[in-house]
Amino acid sequence: MMRLPLFEFRAPQTVAEAVRILDGEGPGAMPLAGGTDLLPNMKRRQQVPKTLMSLQHIRGLHRVELRDSGPRLGACVTLSEIAADRRFRNGMRALAQAASFVATPQIRNMATLGGNLCLDTRCNYYDQNYEWRKSIGFCLKKDGHICWVAPGSAKCVAVSSTDTAPALMALGARVRLVSRSGEREVPLTELYQNDGIHYIRRQPNELLTEVLLDSLDGWNSTYWKLRRRGSFDFPVLSVAAAVRLSSQGIVVDARIVVGSVACLPLVAKEASRSLVGRPLHQESIAEAATLAARLAKPLDNTDFDMTWRKRVTAEFVTYALGELRGDDMRGQRLLLTRHSSSL
Amino acid sequence: MSDHNEKSGSPGPGSRREGLRVIGVPRRRVDGRAKVTGQTRFADDIFLPRMAHCKLLRSPHPHARIRGMDVSRAMAHPGVYLVLTGKDLPVRYGILPVSQDEQALCLDHVRHVGDPVAAVVAREELTAFEALDLINVDYDILPTISDPEEALAMPEPRIHKYGEEGNIHKFVALEFGDVDEGFAEADEIFEDTFFYQGNTHLPIEQHASVAIKDPDGKLTIWSSTQTPHYLHRALAKVLAMPPAHIRVIATPNGGGFGGKSDPFNHEIVVAKAALLLDRPVKICLTREEVFYCHRGRHPVLMKFKTGVKKDGTITGLHLRTLIDGGAYGSYGVASTYYAGALQTTTYHIPRYRYEGCRTFTNKPPCGPKRGHGTPQPRFGQEVQLDKIAQRLRIDPADLRLRIAEAPEAVTANFLRLGTVNLSECIRRVVEVSGWKTKFGKLPEGRGVGIACSAYLTGAGLPIYWNKMPHSGVQLKFDRGGGVSIFCGATEIGQGSDDVLASIVAEVLGIDPFDVRLFTGDTDLGPVDLGSYSSRVTLMAGNAALQAAERGKALLAEAVALKFDVPKEQLRFADKRVFDSARPDTGVSFAEAICLAEARFGTIGTVGSYTPPKSPALYKGGGVGPSPTYSYSAAVVEVEVNPVTGWVHVPKVWIAHDIGRALNPTLVRGQVEGSVYMGLGEALMEEQEFRRLPKRLSHALVHKFPSMLEYKSPTSLDMPEVVTELIENPDPRGPFGAKEVGQGPLLPIMPAVANAVYDAVGVRVDEVPITPEKVMKAIAEKRAGREPRFGPDHFPQVNWPEALRVPPPWEGGDGNAVNDVHREKPRAKNEKVLAP
Repeated sequence: MMRLPLFEFRAPQTVAEAVRILDGEGPGAMPLAGGTDLLPNMKRRQQVPKTLMSLQHIRGLHRVELRDSGPRLGACVTLSEIAADRRFRNGMRALAQAASFVATPQIRNMATLGGNLCLDTRCNYYDQNYEWRKSIGFCLKKDGHICWVAPGSAKCVAVSSTDTAPALMALGARVRLVSRSGEREVPLTELYQNDGIHYIRRQPNELLTEVLLDSLDGWNSTYWKLRRRGSFDFPVLSVAAAVRLSSQGIVVDARIVVGSVACLPLVAKEASRSLVGRPLHQESIAEAATLAARLAKPLDNTDFDMTWRKRVTAEFVTYALGELRGDDMRGQRLLLTRHSSSL
Repeated sequence: MSDHNEKSGSPGPGSRREGLRVIGVPRRRVDGRAKVTGQTRFADDIFLPRMAHCKLLRSPHPHARIRGMDVSRAMAHPGVYLVLTGKDLPVRYGILPVSQDEQALCLDHVRHVGDPVAAVVAREELTAFEALDLINVDYDILPTISDPEEALAMPEPRIHKYGEEGNIHKFVALEFGDVDEGFAEADEIFEDTFFYQGNTHLPIEQHASVAIKDPDGKLTIWSSTQTPHYLHRALAKVLAMPPAHIRVIATPNGGGFGGKSDPFNHEIVVAKAALLLDRPVKICLTREEVFYCHRGRHPVLMKFKTGVKKDGTITGLHLRTLIDGGAYGSYGVASTYYAGALQTTTYHIPRYRYEGCRTFTNKPPCGPKRGHGTPQPRFGQEVQLDKIAQRLRIDPADLRLRIAEAPEAVTANFLRLGTVNLSECIRRVVEVSGWKTKFGKLPEGRGVGIACSAYLTGAGLPIYWNKMPHSGVQLKFDRGGGVSIFCGATEIGQGSDDVLASIVAEVLGIDPFDVRLFTGDTDLGPVDLGSYSSRVTLMAGNAALQAAERGKALLAEAVALKFDVPKEQLRFADKRVFDSARPDTGVSFAEAICLAEARFGTIGTVGSYTPPKSPALYKGGGVGPSPTYSYSAAVVEVEVNPVTGWVHVPKVWIAHDIGRALNPTLVRGQVEGSVYMGLGEALMEEQEFRRLPKRLSHALVHKFPSMLEYKSPTSLDMPEVVTELIENPDPRGPFGAKEVGQGPLLPIMPAVANAVYDAVGVRVDEVPITPEKVMKAIAEKRAGREPRFGPDHFPQVNWPEALRVPPPWEGGDGNAVNDVHREKPRAKNEKVLAP
């Protein structure tokens, strides 16, 4: 079997102790939350941190607070907890759905919200073991000098594959980043950048401790995920959508996010704006779907044919907005998720 | 999945009628408890004192010469015990006598990414892995061949020095009757090209082996192998050791599906290392390495030309296949024959020409996966029949009923069939699926498809030519009433242990749990050729039946003397031996053994089984014969999204001609497992390779050798399955049993394709049927073009002259009329060798 490389192991009890360790160790240290992505990556030598710093013993990171001003979720709340917690329905349904569609039950029991937000970008040429990568002469993202997806590209095009980030972006979430020198709140829409290697603006000495949301009263949200099977698979296209409707059914506010088709989740601003001031009818949905789908420029580095992924994007936006209008999408969802516990 | 009561205990109505107490009763399998409690010891569960760990250095290049190798830095690495290279194991081996083309570690030529070139044995697995990078191999890169069309176009450089010519490994050309005459008689001629993508076995257990040097200097190896006997032979050859000094123990396999049927380089390497180090040496492959071992489904391009009368009667069939063999022979010669041999077993085909061509390519070798060689042409034939039915305006189920082959027939290619309950399978599946109310009548986007199949119940010939039995069983009777079964048969999850226990228990009137099994061990049990070709139930089962009957006769004689009743009047049941006329008169089974032992001495019996001789005497006729064949028919329902092409399968109905279900629980499990695997092949599984841009790289790599990205369905993707067992005992099988491990897989893929056509009116003439292909075919339809996605041509191949074998109804005697090599009396080594 594949073995982990050797590493130092640290297990701080407090955030303060944790950020001291990160500061002292430098970029060679990585926080370890559920480990469901990082440890397999280490076995494949995609990531070889000198030090792993477990977050399991920092109590505050497991906390869920539902304040009037809005919910706050600790970075180490597991995806199972989010999927199972009834308080995460209603306005936060998109988050609960996204969490419930990640991988498998066993993985969700370990995997954390913070871990999923920081999830390494993925690529068919990168998520391979050491020997395989050696046989292609490695790639830009690790140990090599060329991007095999787009050999002319100076930049890595690995794909953002987090399920919870698009959902939380549609919900307007912020994250708290703590370092030894202080802390900052960053809107999730500003956390990511269009680079498969430097995909996240978290500094190596910063710890993502918390996800913060404003009150979601009056909002309705949903998350749609494309993957080959009803379990296991990372998204290769995802659509998160949230709307606030007036009592007359007019869209007051809307956020559509298209995930897993670029190095970062894409906020479909134009599509979202196009909905405001109109009811969710066939015409407005079709227009928003067309506008949102324009953003999707998938490359040939995930499962499924890239042109097909591009062509079904508008369909997925339509599913999401139709559901927010109140259409019964359970049948369609069942065909894609293949299990009835789709919230 | 079925509403049959499987809680057990009471025999079903059928078996009660025949007085059977064990056979036919749905039971918990004898090895079930160990498996569900996690106590089954697989090869990787074996830990021995002083055990060292082995890792293989594999070629990063798809095709290269090895100019030199420096292992000194790896040898010097702390914790490393041994480094082996090709020079340590130069003897060639391979599963077929005609394809001895593998070396445990490549000596001077690597043929695919993943070909092993050196082995490191170290105290820790991590140390061994790290030391791999310290080995310096000097490669001379060669041009690569990625598919059969390239292989045909590029005779040089040759991947192997043997074979037909260039990079063509094997040609088969056989003609049974004048096919052109058949086409002349036809009302309509159909020509279709199909492509069946390669896919892999994906057993949950990765291959693992542990070898030790016994205290007396002999070798013992535990390995996850389906074929301990063939591994035994390969080890003896490569290690140049007397077979008597080698013991192979096949550990229970966590799934095999054909992927553990070859002798493997890692098995030979750990054996050699254990002998040299006098230490236990273990290897457990990574999932990636399992993809490099492969031996899975060959990618096959096929061309079917079929002549039919207006009523659907087939007048002639000409099948051509172009087969992507990968880098080694493996079972490939047999696979090439199999891709043509079983086309005649389902429907009556009066004249048949088969031309097959297997090429070498720079990819992991293909070989036998469940259905070995036959799912690909079965897909083509069943989809083409659907097209024929449509054109002739005949219901596809009715068409199949019209042309189904007759029981006990001898086919055009001289396969002697046994019981054939294909029509009953079709009728049953049509009935339970509601076919008549669904086919052509469901709303747009929903549809049903039907397909059928047949499969061997054991290969009629062994892999190496010999006249000995294919399976042997020894029974030991203990004074305490226990019976021990010794047999080489290998439990790979299919239930072979349960088959042996149930047959012996039935005959002797005891409980299967009173039986102890010693299987898959070349020292303890007589030879069984292995768990492949669906042969174990019939062959090991018949051997067990014979051994049990012989034991029963000894016991009966002793008990008959005691009670002074004719031994024929004794009955063995409920762990007693008693007078059937006066059931109170009798002894316990244990007492019966004591009586027999007192009279005859220690009680032990043997049984063995050799398949009947085949009437196919022509060269190549060794592939295809079987004691009898199983039949299946399946109806698949689909829902197709006309915009995205997404295919959903809500339900599958399948009827299987099992002869008799020895343990219906296991039979249903095999049927459902086949449906599962079939849906994977139909909808998503692909052993796909990619080249990088040639100007930048010579890489030719597996697209994604991982269990996450090699897409195979999960339990959530599994539809409801209705399984119907057609039981009509075949006298050739033990208690009438036929195979179930492979046959029910075969109709699933074409039934899905046919259902997609019924749903949205487009043909996807290849598997997997992915949503993008369906979407493209729908776009073609909307554009007014042929509503189809599939291969558009079959390349030019310089076929050799076909061996002409007149079929039985033209007075043929099973020999070819133009085989110049066979005019002299046949020498033994000319006999066709086949699994």
